[in-house]
Amino acid sequence: MMTVAFLKAAIIAGTPLLFATLGEILTEKAGNLNLGVEGMMLMGAVIGFQMGYSTNSPILAMVFAALAGAIGALIFAFLTVSLRANQVVSGLALTIFGTGFASFAGQSLVGLKMTDAFNASFKTIKIPGLGDIPFLGEIFFNQDIFVYLGYITAIILGIYLYKTSKGLNLRAVGENPAAADAASVRITRYKYIHILLGGALCGLGGAYLSLVYVPVWQENITAGRGWIAVALVIFSAWNPYKALFGAYLFGGLDIIGFRLQGTGIVISQYVFDMMPYLVTIVILVIVSMKKDIRNAPPKALGEPYFREER
Amino acid sequence: MKRIFTVLLIILLSLTLVVGCAQKAPTPAPTEQPKEKFKVGFIYVGPIGDAGWTYAHEQGRKMLEKELGVEAIYKESVPESQECEKVIKDMIDQGAKVIFATSYGFQDYVAKVAKEYPNVKFLHCSGSILGANYANYFGSIEEPRYLSGIVAGLKTKKNSIGYVAAYDLTEVIRGINAFTLGVRSVNPKAVVKVKWTNTWFDPAKEKAAAVALLDEGVDVIAQHQDTSGPQVAAEERGVWSVGYNTDMSKMAPKAYMTAPLWNWGMYYVKTVKEIQAGTWKPEAYWGTMKDGFVDLAPLTAVAPPEAKAAVDKVKADMMAGKFNVFAGPIKDQSGKVVVPAGSSVSLPDQLSMKWFVQGVEGKIGK
Repeated sequence: MMTVAFLKAAIIAGTPLLFATLGEILTEKAGNLNLGVEGMMLMGAVIGFQMGYSTNSPILAMVFAALAGAIGALIFAFLTVSLRANQVVSGLALTIFGTGFASFAGQSLVGLKMTDAFNASFKTIKIPGLGDIPFLGEIFFNQDIFVYLGYITAIILGIYLYKTSKGLNLRAVGENPAAADAASVRITRYKYIHILLGGALCGLGGAYLSLVYVPVWQENITAGRGWIAVALVIFSAWNPYKALFGAYLFGGLDIIGFRLQGTGIVISQYVFDMMPYLVTIVILVIVSMKKDIRNAPPKALGEPYFREER
Repeated sequence: MKRIFTVLLIILLSLTLVVGCAQKAPTPAPTEQPKEKFKVGFIYVGPIGDAGWTYAHEQGRKMLEKELGVEAIYKESVPESQECEKVIKDMIDQGAKVIFATSYGFQDYVAKVAKEYPNVKFLHCSGSILGANYANYFGSIEEPRYLSGIVAGLKTKKNSIGYVAAYDLTEVIRGINAFTLGVRSVNPKAVVKVKWTNTWFDPAKEKAAAVALLDEGVDVIAQHQDTSGPQVAAEERGVWSVGYNTDMSKMAPKAYMTAPLWNWGMYYVKTVKEIQAGTWKPEAYWGTMKDGFVDLAPLTAVAPPEAKAAVDKVKADMMAGKFNVFAGPIKDQSGKVVVPAGSSVSLPDQLSMKWFVQGVEGKIGK
């Protein structure tokens, strides 16, 4: 009973991480390292909350949260794709900008709460059939709509990346833009589209926190989850399916400390808080030792593409 | 390319200027006045938007401006490092005659700057420094915590109450003990389960801790945290809650019963008045319920009907100075009597409390 409740809570805690990770995977597959995840999440969180609060429409709230994340990503895309600025610096700047923007835009929202009707649209929905599977049904198929959206997004992304020609093109852009360019793939267009889509997913990840998880606006609501997502991308080896598993694992680590405190096992929460990073480092070491191409980062990650240098 | 970039940069910078100016407008701008106002500076550890600790201090600052007509400038999210010295000096350059530093971590820096500026008065919250021009202030939030424990103890049906706590500091432990003593004074069978989050400020994590407690079967959630995350968890599960720092009824209307509150404004007004009149003396100010420095938020309709009378009775004794939260007999977690009947825990001992009273389920880290 306790385990089911814990695993169910782990899925919820992992959902904002999942969206942000999927967004960052998409961005990095296009060859751009966007460290502005935290900033885009906060932009999505605050704009989503603002829209949800003023229109009372969950759909509009989610759409605008995604748009806010995409606008943040647009700044990054313009700087790094069009102006070929340093990606690390641009990404960090976006995090600082997004954090400040959210605090500024959220000033008048502090302490406000969504209506009950709004919250009801994100309440737990049991999927008929699947929800009745013992053990697993309760954990995976008795959740809110955002969680299901997370499953679907991960699967769609997986299919897109590995089963479609567009996905192949995208991977080529991230691996070897010169070759992709020669094969008449429109590099700039691909980069822009996927960076923006990635930003939209990050925005949704932030919105899960402000719309569903804690439907009250508070400054800095993401509290560093964007950085865990960046680590998660490496952990999941740029693979959306592994991201699904990784996000829930890291979500579980985020909350396991509280569960253990009740059982008499005393392990400091600090240990669990550092686990995601520790595990990521271990994975990095293993990957570099095994030299498996499937687990390696996109080859052109972080490098601006100049056509003239081909 | 470079030129385009330069133009964009200029546009961006001028935009930030516009935004920056727009933001300043709502705060009462220092309009040109024939005689300059008395200036006071506040440094905050968090954002005003935390809806908790810093928000409560901000209410105090506003009250100070309103009641005394002084100008109170402030700076949010000041790090507890040397950085805060710069902020303080900058405020003094702007003409501040009094500095309020509202977090424990500012202590050493405040003491250092205070020696450099003997004509400025420095007041530090929750610390223990004292000198010719600097002093500290804090108070017995334990009293309203005890009262909120009474409300929780009467409300719980499962005799199991959850307490989401930040760090195992003595300040927090003292609060948990006071709360538990309050709970057990009306409901000796009830237990208080504690979960540490190791953060003052993370709405999602605080909520997750509350959910863990709820999964263990508690039906009232109390907190020593800066956000309303735990309140939201109680609201969602249809159980009840006790807040902290501010009235949190807006965030959890069906769960929130009451909250222990600070009344910083009362101290700020009193102190600045004394400084202006020249009667101020450095003291370690310890405000109590009697002084109006701490209080319990009004009980909502969610609170049990019999709670009001029970709370009012003890509160009256507190106001009369007849009630000591930490009066014996008090047993520790193992059931051993540590404070015998007739005696009580002295204030210095309260300030270094590192043990739980009977009825608390939780562990203090080594």
